Amino acid sequence: MIPAPPVNLAALAPTLVLLATAVLVLLLDLFPPRNDKTHLAVVSLAGVIGALLTALTRWGRDQRGFRDMVVLDNYALFIDVVICYAVALVILLSIDYLRREGVQTGEYYALVLFSASGMMLMASANDLVVVFLALELMSLCLYVLAGLFKQRLDAGEASLKYFLLGAFASSFLLYGIALTYGATGSTSFERIVAAASGPDRSVLFLVGLALMLVGFGFKISAAPFHMWAPDVYQGAPTSVTTLIATGSKAAGFAALMRLLLGALRGAQPDWGPLMWGLAVVTMTLGNVVAIAQSNLKRMLAYSSIAHVGYMMVGLVAGGTSGAGAILYYLFAYTFTVAGTFGVLTLCARAGEEAVEVEEYAGLGRRHPLLAGMLTLFLLSLIGIPPLAGFVGKFYLFGAAVQHGYLWLAVIAVLNSAIAAYYYLRVVVFMYMREPEAAGAQWTPSFAGGVALAVAAAGIVILGVMPAPFADLAQSAVATLVR
Amino acid sequence: MTIGLLTIVTFLPAAAALLLLLVPRREETVLRVGALLATVATFALSVPLYVRFDARMADYQFVEYARWMPNLGVGYHVGIDGISLLLVLLTTLITPVALASAWRAIDDRVKEFVVTLLVLETGMVGVFVSLDLFLFYVFWEAMLIPMYFIIGVWGGGRRIYAAVKFVLYTMVGSVLMLVAILALYYQHGAATGLHTFDLPTVARWVMPPGTSQTLMFLAFALAFAIKVPMFPFHTWLPDAHVEAPTAGSVILAGVLLKMGTYGFLRFCLPLFPDASLAFGPLVFTLSIIGVVYGAWVSTVQPDLKKLVAYSSVSHLGFVMLGLFTLTSQGLVGAILQMVSHGLSTGALFLLVGMIYERRHTRMIADFGGLWAVIPAFSAVFMIAVLSSVGLPGLNGFVGEFLILVGAFQVNRTLAALATTGIIFAAVYLLWMYQRVIFGEVTHAENRDLRDLTPREWALMVPILLFIVWIGVYPVAFTSKMEASVDALIAQVQSKASVAFSR
Repeated sequence: MIPAPPVNLAALAPTLVLLATAVLVLLLDLFPPRNDKTHLAVVSLAGVIGALLTALTRWGRDQRGFRDMVVLDNYALFIDVVICYAVALVILLSIDYLRREGVQTGEYYALVLFSASGMMLMASANDLVVVFLALELMSLCLYVLAGLFKQRLDAGEASLKYFLLGAFASSFLLYGIALTYGATGSTSFERIVAAASGPDRSVLFLVGLALMLVGFGFKISAAPFHMWAPDVYQGAPTSVTTLIATGSKAAGFAALMRLLLGALRGAQPDWGPLMWGLAVVTMTLGNVVAIAQSNLKRMLAYSSIAHVGYMMVGLVAGGTSGAGAILYYLFAYTFTVAGTFGVLTLCARAGEEAVEVEEYAGLGRRHPLLAGMLTLFLLSLIGIPPLAGFVGKFYLFGAAVQHGYLWLAVIAVLNSAIAAYYYLRVVVFMYMREPEAAGAQWTPSFAGGVALAVAAAGIVILGVMPAPFADLAQSAVATLVR
Repeated sequence: MTIGLLTIVTFLPAAAALLLLLVPRREETVLRVGALLATVATFALSVPLYVRFDARMADYQFVEYARWMPNLGVGYHVGIDGISLLLVLLTTLITPVALASAWRAIDDRVKEFVVTLLVLETGMVGVFVSLDLFLFYVFWEAMLIPMYFIIGVWGGGRRIYAAVKFVLYTMVGSVLMLVAILALYYQHGAATGLHTFDLPTVARWVMPPGTSQTLMFLAFALAFAIKVPMFPFHTWLPDAHVEAPTAGSVILAGVLLKMGTYGFLRFCLPLFPDASLAFGPLVFTLSIIGVVYGAWVSTVQPDLKKLVAYSSVSHLGFVMLGLFTLTSQGLVGAILQMVSHGLSTGALFLLVGMIYERRHTRMIADFGGLWAVIPAFSAVFMIAVLSSVGLPGLNGFVGEFLILVGAFQVNRTLAALATTGIIFAAVYLLWMYQRVIFGEVTHAENRDLRDLTPREWALMVPILLFIVWIGVYPVAFTSKMEASVDALIAQVQSKASVAFSR
């Protein structure tokens, strides 16, 4: 008889809170049925805050469970906190957005929560099998969410494209896992460390590594595996786009960092140069193509590809400084992107979502506060001090310089200068051009306003007082990179 | 921690901007008066900096330090020495003048305008008082954005093009400086075991000459050269100046360009002495080209504002020349010339703005014979023009003379070539003055122009006062600099691996 593995539910605590809330939301949706789903959003939000508090109280107390397949260390907790913030902002933005779009379904909040629990599991996964499991839990929910506006053609395209390419990428990942298992004899990160640290590594192992990188490259939308991102970002409901751009990206990086900087750190000579090249291609492609976009959601999709490139600079640099910088960046990026997309969810023209940059002409006159917020978020994306985006880049590129990747840092900062052009173009439209026709108007939304205020406060606090958060990020990765 | 005078001077405008955000936008007078009071108060608070500044001390004064990001060695470290003192005062003087100049000229989105201008002032003062490389970079980058808005929102016809060009140009230079700052940080840390962004600490370290010092020098120098702007990085300047509203041009010429020359002085010379000496001939060459080219291009401009804009290229060529002579006279002259240029070019932009408000044209050909119509304006204009030409007795002469004395000690040909710049300056400025002011009134529209209003007098008088004061009694200003300048030259001399004697 096979003995049952030891169960330590404490190692899953924040994830379980989200899962329980998701089930509760499903039940509440049925009993009693109501057309307005705001109460479900409130319950979901409470669940997310519960998960956040659970994560915060677990800080510093490592938990391992299921034969070390799942670990809840400070690293996982940091990512959990980032994901909680992302999901909370998404839920706040969704309430009035979905009401305006006339798509109110209870499953929406349940799927968001299920997907978020998958994201958290990815951060805790200490075994390739769990990574795959968590990835699928997260992705399957996102595929459905991307096609939520089922009457719209581009939503169908987004969902189908996301699903097909995602399934393709998952199979790459799975194949890579299988080959790695064949090469090292284990799927556990702890055992892979030893196998990967040897002087020479087998071809089987290298192929497995390459295939896994393809799978992850897809999930974090690194070039040349980024093709899905613009279409999905554009077609998906903006609130779901926000979740894909923040939470799922954080989760993908969480697992990738634990794999590369933790388990495969011995194989750095193999994946390091590859990552160097991918980082350069990713950020340059993202920034250059973003210049040509007039649809804001597409532009932000390419911008997010560029930001993935910046974070990959941290992967190349490695060490506590590189890994800590990525964590900090993810935290900062979550607020910035949630805020940017948040403004887009709140803006509409004649009942339709306002996504073309021309529709934002004169926003600075019509809605000074909203335009001011969007400007703040865009400036943080450019990396203007003293905002969170600048400090994040400072840490990332500092790590690159520290570890001798001077030219990578030079390429990265020149990319930031290119990026300034297309972010400022939005500012040009908001403040320096007059609208030709009726422009975007903001949908009054209390919850949305709260979300934007939280995001704005987040990037200012992270920008002006970065030290405590950066120190936490550094200490969180200490056990990871050793 | 107690908040010191320098912090108050730096952040008072930003604090006022936050307060003014709460004022409803239709209360335009409240906004204007509030902002003016804040900037005047800032100037009033900065006067004690000058009075209490101990001219015998070369070291930083009014120093404040607070931990900011201790693990990285980033601190809030501010202080001023003889080099930055006058530039801080210039900033706090020019800002209220610029604000007052926009009293009527800017009537659209007044709230945004005054808030932007106040934030800009904090950024500018911050650049001059920062003694921490990180803090300096924060202010340096942050003040780009308000200037971008001032050009882009309240500017002329091609304002968007000019604003974007201004930002992208400056950004490309400054991001490379960021990498250089990081590289300097890690090299200093590796060599001394002390990881810090503290400027005085890093400046004490003698960096070995070689490729890395050269690359870092070039990265810093590019950022500053674009800002100055040195030939051939000057092409953003005419666009930005011409499109910016008068207040923007005044601040751009008065303060922003000085950040570039100040950067060379504060960072390039003491941090990278070997590279600075090695690139001296190149800087001299580009400066002379800038001096002569700027003057020639100014001569043929049909547009008054463009003429003044190109004259900046010429005048700042002088400043760069003075800095890299590394002589006491050259440096003192250069710093004084920075202040003088801020005053005289600021005054010229203000006057061009005033005449533009009356006639809605800036073309030289549209004027002529103004002496008979608006004598007071013409007289003030003459003083500003002569100050820019470098007439003895006015401020421009002192700086240029000292720079030439410095240049003469280094290279006589250099000094001779630079002197032609002064002659050309007389040509383009006086010829312009002649066409605008003298002669017959050729355009009927010019016959009933209004002379200077009390408000316009009020904003010109402080500038004229300093123009004459510096010209007649420059010691009041140069004496404050000398100790710091000599200390800087001694520092470069002791750190450079090749000996040089000046």
